[in-house]
Amino acid sequence: MTDNKPETAQIFGKGSNQVVWLTIILGLAGVAGAGALLFIIDRGPLHTNQGVYVNQDVPFSHDHHTEGLGLDCRYCHTSVEDSAFAGIPPTATCMNCHKTVWANTEMLEPVRDSWQTGQPLEWNRVNDLPDFVYFNHSIHVSSGVGCESCHGPVNEMPLVYQEHSLQMRWCLECHRSPEDFVRPKDEVFNLDWEPSDEGMSQKELGKKLVAEYGLEPKQNCSTCHR
Amino acid sequence: MFGLLALAALVLVGCRQDMHNQAKFEPYEKSDFFLDGSSARVPPAFTVARDSVDPTSSIYTGEDDNGWMSAVPYVVDEAFLHRGQQRFDIYCSPCHDNTGAGNGMIVQRGFKQPPSYHEQRLRDMPIGYFYNVATNGYGLMSGYKAQVKLQDRWAIAAWVRVLQRSQNVPEGSLSAPDREQLRHDLQNAESSTASAHAAGAP
Repeated sequence: MTDNKPETAQIFGKGSNQVVWLTIILGLAGVAGAGALLFIIDRGPLHTNQGVYVNQDVPFSHDHHTEGLGLDCRYCHTSVEDSAFAGIPPTATCMNCHKTVWANTEMLEPVRDSWQTGQPLEWNRVNDLPDFVYFNHSIHVSSGVGCESCHGPVNEMPLVYQEHSLQMRWCLECHRSPEDFVRPKDEVFNLDWEPSDEGMSQKELGKKLVAEYGLEPKQNCSTCHR
Repeated sequence: MFGLLALAALVLVGCRQDMHNQAKFEPYEKSDFFLDGSSARVPPAFTVARDSVDPTSSIYTGEDDNGWMSAVPYVVDEAFLHRGQQRFDIYCSPCHDNTGAGNGMIVQRGFKQPPSYHEQRLRDMPIGYFYNVATNGYGLMSGYKAQVKLQDRWAIAAWVRVLQRSQNVPEGSLSAPDREQLRHDLQNAESSTASAHAAGAP
């Protein structure tokens, strides 16, 4: 009886091997695909907001005020040279000029309201680092890191967008090789500056400046995550 | 594919932002706690900041017993003047322009033209007066004490003096080589103007 086991008692049918291969391949593809999907989402503007224009109640144009009128960044961002925070100007700074220039336009209605009531204007933040990252503007500005290196061509932005991902790997690009980014200290606020203005390539000039300024950007975890 | 999207959605839903947005205020962050909605507070009445200067002292008011101070209460060296130039170009030149004549871009766009620093009335003003205007404003001009620090306002006042001097140097006070250079430049300017006229330019 035990010798005559019928063939139909086989557990696996003829196609079983194919099913197994298909499962393995689709499974691997699924894992890889999910990984790739996460990778793409993580680095893209969906997650980082990179390149996304941010709307404001008052459509303030950096392009107009800097390229058009020639104002220096520091006219409004007064604390950028000696504090962690660059500073958002109080309404009083707007009113230095706008008490008489464009003083009746609808566009500036919220500014005048703020001036009369003392209630600060609300601005929507563009470049927002996570709260577990310590960042200080003054040390970067005084080391020869131009505004443009992080903020992009703000002087040509009617509405501001975030130029870079602000992810850690992006910070480290410069902390690992500052010579690729550093510029002369008196050109930090000049967003039209090019390394060719000094008659050198960025690499040559950068190496010279890194030595001259004694730059040793740290890569310790605790430098930024303190 | 649908399964993948569902998986990604699940993973993303799992992402929380508690660490990104912690229970602390970044500068000027909105607050639900204070009535005005701002986490940034103004100092309480009758208090002064640790590093603030006595607001009745001469260095702050620009005045002493004899009226406007006639000297800058800091050591005025080249670095101080360069600082003054830099701050002047940032905060003052939009209206006063880089020479102090009062033709800055904001004036060109409709702001009332300020007086030129090079008129006799302002040449005769003591330096404390310029410090005071930079601090408290004058007429339509706002005070800049919120935007420019105390020492920098004095540096700006010193730079105004440099500008005034630059436009009004008596020839007799120049050194012989400088005087020679000036004559040379003037002659060149005259001859180039003459040739431009000859060529039909206005």
